[in-house]
Amino acid sequence: MGANVIPLFVVVSLSGAFLISLFGRKLKWFPDLIGSAFTALLLLLSLYAVKIVAEAGTLVYSAGSWKPPVGIVFVLDGLSSFMLVTVNLVAFCVAMFSINYMAKYTSKWKFYTLFLLMLAGMNGVLITGDIFNLFVFLEIASVASYALVAFGTERHELEAAFKYAVMSTVGSLFILLGIVFLYSATSTLSMADIALSLSPGKHSGILMLVSILFLMGFGLKAALVPFHAWLPDAHPSAPAPISAMLSGVLIKSLGIYSLCRIIFCVLGVSSQLLSILMVLGTLSMLIGVFLAIGQWDLKRLLAYHSISQIGYVILGISLGTPLGIIGGLFHLFNHSIFKSLLFLNSGAIEYTTGTRDLKKMGGLSEKMPITSTTALTAAMSISGIPPFNGFWSKLLIIIACVQAAKYWYGFWAVLASILTLASFTKVMKYAFFGNLKSQWAMIKEVPVFMKLSMIILAVICVFGGLLFFPGLREPFLLKASGVLLDAKTYASTVIRLVQ
Amino acid sequence: MSKEHDRGMSVIVKTVTRLTVGLILLYGIYILSHGHVSPGGGFAGGVIIALSFIHLMLAYGKEAALKRIPSQALSFFEGFGAIMFLAIALLGFTGGYFFLNFLPKGEPFKLFSAGIIPLCNIAISLKVGAGLFAIFIALVLLKFEGENK
Repeated sequence: MGANVIPLFVVVSLSGAFLISLFGRKLKWFPDLIGSAFTALLLLLSLYAVKIVAEAGTLVYSAGSWKPPVGIVFVLDGLSSFMLVTVNLVAFCVAMFSINYMAKYTSKWKFYTLFLLMLAGMNGVLITGDIFNLFVFLEIASVASYALVAFGTERHELEAAFKYAVMSTVGSLFILLGIVFLYSATSTLSMADIALSLSPGKHSGILMLVSILFLMGFGLKAALVPFHAWLPDAHPSAPAPISAMLSGVLIKSLGIYSLCRIIFCVLGVSSQLLSILMVLGTLSMLIGVFLAIGQWDLKRLLAYHSISQIGYVILGISLGTPLGIIGGLFHLFNHSIFKSLLFLNSGAIEYTTGTRDLKKMGGLSEKMPITSTTALTAAMSISGIPPFNGFWSKLLIIIACVQAAKYWYGFWAVLASILTLASFTKVMKYAFFGNLKSQWAMIKEVPVFMKLSMIILAVICVFGGLLFFPGLREPFLLKASGVLLDAKTYASTVIRLVQ
Repeated sequence: MSKEHDRGMSVIVKTVTRLTVGLILLYGIYILSHGHVSPGGGFAGGVIIALSFIHLMLAYGKEAALKRIPSQALSFFEGFGAIMFLAIALLGFTGGYFFLNFLPKGEPFKLFSAGIIPLCNIAISLKVGAGLFAIFIALVLLKFEGENK
């Protein structure tokens, strides 16, 4: 099988989407089954991808047996397989959660079609080795996500979706413009080929321009701080499973992964660019958490925390040291787990009580023990309390800051973590602890599939820290960080393997 | 206003439409089927085919067009086109590669040549044509709903 597994990530999710659009309208059980089964299959495939990358190293696949620079290549290396596991793990839990949660909406099959299309876009971004192909997949995922944000078709949802669509399209245009400039300078679209044709002396002007364009475009997709305004509207307005997908993995695969892949592996990283990213990451970290702490809408609070935690990931990666990159990527994985879990928890609360306002909740832990336990786990993970997974990755980032002698950045990271703890203390107090209000006396715990997916994610939160221990970290984290550390060898590896 | 739309436009428009709509459809099929030997292809052909139905709808009102091609059929063709394209790509695995052109290539510039490319064009035209017409219908229905309020 080997490299033949690579195109399957796009094929499985796309065929799921179109099969549901063909048969899902008539057969009511069909969308649920296909949604869960296909995402489970994708999860297994991505675990298999980690295994073959650990054994055989980077794999390259030429679509239609056309060799680059003419054809499109798919590249599976440590970073891609790491991201594939993250994306498909969250997608599987979300698909299972949606079986019960989406029952209250009409036309569930449309939801699953869009969901699998978005997943196909994300998987495509992760495996492609062609810069225009990356743009196409990025647009597939983005357009599907606009429709999913507007899925409830209430007034504020449509407004949020419109705002998101406009902002995100502007981001896409910056990316497209960057690709145009790169193409005009190098006459090729294959990432490996671009990296080999760019020479710092000859192309320094265009490199600067293109770096800034990509920074704006992908920064908008990742919701870094000057470009974050769409996120607190768009993410809470979507149905809860989609909020989990958007905050958990979409901003990471379209934003952070693409930014790192292009800046590190294609353009070549410079110290100025890294310091810009470091400042932006720290700003996101602090501004996100300060905005979050005053929110009373649970999902909006979580959305602001996404901005803040993305700041940690960017800060870690942009330190550029081995430990910093490992810490950043590890935090990326951990954040996608606990933030999806928190959004699923907020969905469970909304499912039973119908409200997102923290002031109206209270004492829900009596009636919803599983939701409140898993929410407590996730809240402790995001606040960085040992031994949950968030603690280990934040610790790595802070140690990396100190090692690189960036003491102030380390201090801001600690401060943001303390403020995160404060805001989640507020969430737990108002939502789950305290006295049960009389209007919630009759509520029941959520149905079985919702419980199951929350429990899976909570277990990963508890044991996620183990991924950093020797034996488990070599195939997963070290392979991924190795790609960014040896970014200069990406192009020559791809070209060598394809011959 | 909406009743007038249902009945369609004036007799001049209707006559011209009756004469041209078949030609437009035929031209779309021509562009589509010669996509691999001349400019054009699945996308352009699909758009022209969809335009012939939109033309019918503008002249005769939406019932006349929807009677010929109901919206369920549109939704079916859209999904089917995509599945067909994916299936063609997957059949490339019989030759060892995703998207491999596994059929005999034939002689260049002949109608039956170029392996899977004409089949891909047909799949794309189904998807694009049905999708474009469905978007048009959605916009029209939305407009009528807005007017009734």
